[in-house]
Amino acid sequence: MGFFGELQRKFIDDFIVKDRYMELVTGLRNTVIITIFSLILGVAIGLILALFKIVARQNRKFKVLDIIADVYITVIRGTPVVLQLMIWFYVVLFFVSEPIPVAILGFGINSGAYVAEIFRAGIQSIDKGQMEAGRSLGLSYWATMRYIILPQAFKNVLPALGNEFIALLKETSVAGYISVHDLTRGAYNIRNMTYDSFLPLIASATIYLIMVMIISSLLSVLERRLRQGDRS
Amino acid sequence: MIEVKKLVKDFGGHRVLDGIDQSVEKGEKIVVIGPSGSGKSTFLRCLNLLETPTSGEILFEGENITDPKVDINRVRRKMGMVFQHFNLFPHMSVMDNIIFAPTHLKLMSKDEAQAKAEALLKRVGLQDKAKAYPNQLSGGQKQRIAIVRALAMSPDLMLFDEPTSALDPEMVGEVLEVMKELAQEGMTMIVVTHEMGFAKEVGTRVLFMDEGKIVEDAPPEELFGNPRTERAKEFLSKVL
Repeated sequence: MGFFGELQRKFIDDFIVKDRYMELVTGLRNTVIITIFSLILGVAIGLILALFKIVARQNRKFKVLDIIADVYITVIRGTPVVLQLMIWFYVVLFFVSEPIPVAILGFGINSGAYVAEIFRAGIQSIDKGQMEAGRSLGLSYWATMRYIILPQAFKNVLPALGNEFIALLKETSVAGYISVHDLTRGAYNIRNMTYDSFLPLIASATIYLIMVMIISSLLSVLERRLRQGDRS
Repeated sequence: MIEVKKLVKDFGGHRVLDGIDQSVEKGEKIVVIGPSGSGKSTFLRCLNLLETPTSGEILFEGENITDPKVDINRVRRKMGMVFQHFNLFPHMSVMDNIIFAPTHLKLMSKDEAQAKAEALLKRVGLQDKAKAYPNQLSGGQKQRIAIVRALAMSPDLMLFDEPTSALDPEMVGEVLEVMKELAQEGMTMIVVTHEMGFAKEVGTRVLFMDEGKIVEDAPPEELFGNPRTERAKEFLSKVL
């Protein structure tokens, strides 16, 4: 049997026999679910932490919010995400048997720390005249933040948020450590059944690559749309 | 309309406003002049509490607005402000810039606000710019839109913080023209500016500020024609 014959035999063995391709399909589904929900959680947490810092900087009465945000960001960014994940699953939430919600929580909390810094920088990049203009029209601090500052800040941080999205997608590949059947674990499972490493690992890597390329192009479309108001 | 009593503002140990007493009646057009760093912008920004006074009182239409219990957002609806750098909202069209605050605060329905915005835009000669975005406009156009945005709230008082200082020279005229028309219609105005021609022509009273104090307070003919203090004479000799 030649090289291609051998490859074909392995392909059938890895993916077709006993519907083993389902390992990748199930894994892909879980990877997508975990990435999307932890991104939403991360953006929500990140926005709240960023506002903690902005409000505290503006009014020293709320200094405690600044401290909370700093501790959160320091601890989360200072420890490996795999360990955080295992601590959530095996220690804090040891009584939860379903790993996917725990993975969403773990990755979301992790991502929140990075998103917080992205948002904080984005909000601070908006000229302070914007806040003054909103306030001078009788709008409240929060209305001005919500309708004047945040839409502009969001547009500025979109490329950085996109990078975070992509990083998060790839980071979820360690979810197997808490027995999540994600895309990487799916490939690993096939390898355990067929003793072939090459095709399953390359296949899952290719799927990650394709997803990243899709996200990148969607982001650049979105960015171009949002830039429309900036034409000069 | 607005009464300022013993207004003091410190910035990190430095006294920027040093006990201002002043009162402005309805219909007056006050022009504030003085060297840079004299506190004239800070004075203006204290009037609508964009800067929080260190001490002193500001009474607007009889209400002490420095009282922390006063809802400053409600008070600010009646005080329009125009900034040196326009501060239009770049992510909104000209129309949305104008109608956002009145509709969001439920002072007008969207239709009413749009009709009012169109009328105001027509008055400043920019009726064709409603759909444009701020970055598509010249500086003079931006500032005229900023004036319209403030007027859309139907304020009782308009504050102008060096409205022509960031403009190219050829655009200064179109903005001053709008301000003159506004003055002729009877709007109460407080204008911080370096445009001495405008001060002479439009001002009913000119305040000369130096080192955080109002040093002279007189009608323009008097202040420009016959300044009493050395400091004002020196300043006027440089700018006139």
